[in-house]
Amino acid sequence: MSKRPFEEIVEQHGATVFRVARAVVGPADAEDAWSETFLAAMRAYPALDEGANMEAWLVTIAHRKAIDLGRSQARRPASVGQPPDDRPATDGLPGHAPDDELWAAIRALPARQRQTVAYHYLADLPYAEVAAIVGGTAEAARRAAADGIRTLRRTYAPASEPTKGRSR
Amino acid sequence: MTTDPMTTDPMTTDSQLLGALAPADPQTLARLRVRLAAAAEASSDLDVAYRTVDSPIGSLLLAATEAGLVRVAVEGERHEAVLATLAERISPRILRAPRRLDPVARELDEYFAGARTIFDLPLDRRLSVGFRREVLERLPSIPYGGTASYAAIAGWLGRPRAMRAVGTACATNPLPIVVPCHRVLRSDGSLGGYAGGLDAKRTLLALEAGGSGSVAGAP
Repeated sequence: MSKRPFEEIVEQHGATVFRVARAVVGPADAEDAWSETFLAAMRAYPALDEGANMEAWLVTIAHRKAIDLGRSQARRPASVGQPPDDRPATDGLPGHAPDDELWAAIRALPARQRQTVAYHYLADLPYAEVAAIVGGTAEAARRAAADGIRTLRRTYAPASEPTKGRSR
Repeated sequence: MTTDPMTTDPMTTDSQLLGALAPADPQTLARLRVRLAAAAEASSDLDVAYRTVDSPIGSLLLAATEAGLVRVAVEGERHEAVLATLAERISPRILRAPRRLDPVARELDEYFAGARTIFDLPLDRRLSVGFRREVLERLPSIPYGGTASYAAIAGWLGRPRAMRAVGTACATNPLPIVVPCHRVLRSDGSLGGYAGGLDAKRTLLALEAGGSGSVAGAP
């Protein structure tokens, strides 16, 4: 078995990586993060192990790119905007999609919780893989994600989840 | 195991919570893929660019390295398999990136419109080697609108008994149409073979016969 054309990798994983990027770096930087992730991945692709878990590998690269983006943002003048961990009021997009508030709630989580929630729930990676990416143990990653979900329920779910049972 | 009716499986509900997030917008993804192809081209990370074009003999897959056109696949070949072979033999760093193929698409359009008799494109011939390559490099000397026999080509190359090898070279031509293996027939004038099917070969010969009849480029 030789490697599949990279186009197939983009086709298969592009949408997931975009959701992960949007959750981790926010909507304004998601496109840059996605582009830099796939360009770096394409560069490294020929040397990748044949048996590698492609999604975990891509998320690992996206994680590093998100950190790089965060650093370059921190160096920007303060007038550019709020630091990424400040809670954004909206997603900053024209119009208002029904999921804007949930994206905003994810963006408002502490970095570790945001990352573990994104990598486990959006990229479907097991906690062992999540831990390999963010550092620490699988158990610690599980706890961070659980804390994140609990916060999301508190900050987001009450509005959409009336006490009289869920609608789905 | 009993289930408390007041609680649901936390994994399920947590996934449902995030299931409220809309999937990535297809238009955004399409735009990002165009941007990726342009960035990879600019940084020389795009080893093979490809696109498909429509033609009178069906959909054609065109692939180019930085050196030039490396593969034309006709309708009969499975494009997915062709790309897998390019990944194996050249590089897996392959993207759908039409721009690199623009000059090829333009010349093919002109050819199929009867307005072009010679292709003027950089070719990357790395997919053919040895005697097969010698054969293929010789084919453009058969003029537009003309034909030659497998035996004649074997003769030109100083190996008059190598007719079968000439046939194999034509059958495995990585650059059909542009390298005109369709102009090679059996000595009795019958069509012989064609990777894109005999109908495609007939169509190309008819196109060239019905054109201006020009033999520009004849040796």
